[in-house]
Amino acid sequence: MDRVRSFIKTFLLWELWQGLSVTLRSFFLPKVTLNYPEEKAPQSVRFRGLHALRRYPNGEERCIACKLCEAVCPALAITIESEVGEDGTRRTTRYDIDLFKCIYCGFCEEACPVDAIVETRIHEYHMEAAGENIMTKDKLLAIGDKFEAMISADKAADASYK
Amino acid sequence: MASINEFVLGMWEFVLGPLAPITQHLIVTSMWIVVVMISVILTVAFTTYFERKVIGYMQGRIGPNRVGPLGLGQPFADVIKLLIKEVIIPQKSNRFLFVIAPLLSLIPALATWAVIPLSDTFVISNIDAGLLYVLALTSVSVYGVILAGWASNSKYAFLGAMRAAAQIVAYEIAMGFALVGVLMASGSLNLGEITRAQAGGFSHWFLLWLFPLFLVFFISGVAETHRAPFDVTEGESEIVAGFHVEYSGAAFVLFFLAEYANIILISALTSIFFFGGYASFFEGWTFLEGSILAWLMAPAFGWLALKTCFFIFVFFWLRATFPRYRYDQIMRLGWKVFIPVTIIWIAVEGVMVYLQIGPWSNLTG
Repeated sequence: MDRVRSFIKTFLLWELWQGLSVTLRSFFLPKVTLNYPEEKAPQSVRFRGLHALRRYPNGEERCIACKLCEAVCPALAITIESEVGEDGTRRTTRYDIDLFKCIYCGFCEEACPVDAIVETRIHEYHMEAAGENIMTKDKLLAIGDKFEAMISADKAADASYK
Repeated sequence: MASINEFVLGMWEFVLGPLAPITQHLIVTSMWIVVVMISVILTVAFTTYFERKVIGYMQGRIGPNRVGPLGLGQPFADVIKLLIKEVIIPQKSNRFLFVIAPLLSLIPALATWAVIPLSDTFVISNIDAGLLYVLALTSVSVYGVILAGWASNSKYAFLGAMRAAAQIVAYEIAMGFALVGVLMASGSLNLGEITRAQAGGFSHWFLLWLFPLFLVFFISGVAETHRAPFDVTEGESEIVAGFHVEYSGAAFVLFFLAEYANIILISALTSIFFFGGYASFFEGWTFLEGSILAWLMAPAFGWLALKTCFFIFVFFWLRATFPRYRYDQIMRLGWKVFIPVTIIWIAVEGVMVYLQIGPWSNLTG
């Protein structure tokens, strides 16, 4: 009897119709596509994108050249050189992040005792020439200055979970 | 056809008037050939768009929507991209065959439209052996595929071509047998006669009486055009792109055109053989007469276009649903299932004709 039933089912293409009904149903279901440049997916305040170096409100650099970020970086993307500045504090003379090496793990941000190096939620950036992948100290500070409001707001929003 | 031609001749009287009738006929027919060809090529362009939209929708995406309103410019963007690319001819290929192979696969796909009755008054060439002509040309188009695979001098292309050849041989027979059923029912090889034999409403369409043959014909058609789930000739997982792996740029465009032209052709043929061609869905709904919907009952090109579009949709629906058949399963289905099924149904049909069952009984009497 089972054999007869399966024979009939084979000739009625029963299982094929079942499959076709699945695709036909999803034809009418709402679509999940996001029209990217116009529509964007929601982003967490913890999003780890492009790096920035921050300053204190009085304009002083936060970074004290402790090199913890350089030590913790699993991809060896950070290069730091430092010397004693005019006011007797230790300051970086070079702070490079190679974006091609960086894996955006966020360890530098976690290692930093003064919240100097942070990863912002900027993820739409590109390079047009060789060498632009090296984020120098000046570029990092410029990003920090430009987006300080967003960075401090994100840190404040996440502070209670840390 | 004759009346449309007279109308055109009347319009262009001042140019065509002084010419001999045979020349007039040649010019008007050539004009219609150009019109139909351009329409088919434009349809092909939008069929590719339609395919991407349908498959996108079935996968929860929205498909192309960047170029032009609703993404309708996408096919043209694709064509321009392909045309400005370099045509690379492999050094060790057979140059001549390599170049004519795409043409050999495209020309039959376009030439078949000559015998398709697009409406009750319009067919370019009203020949009595139309069905044989269709079968002959669909078989010729496989030469393009085989030559492309052989001339490329590439392992993958060659394997693809061999698969295509085996598949065509298996399914051409089933397709031919399915058409024997249509031939028995309509009593004519002329595609216009076949359509007229189905006149008189939905119950007279061959779909109902030849349902197994319809399934066999359509599935064989999918296999003949090498579309999913029978696209082992392309089989990107094992032989990259099959027979056209060495083609690029404009030569690839021709293969692309041929593939989609064949899809449209098979869809149109299915509509003509089993769904009454240009006949209306509402033919014989007498209560519509005299109402404002009376025009729905008249046969028109629009009905054929609608049915063809539906079958094109089914092609893409199948592609979105089924995984690719294994090669031996394709052979098994063609030789051991379809051919016996068609033979049995032809016997059944013979009995029906003898007992005068079915809408075609008046043909034999």
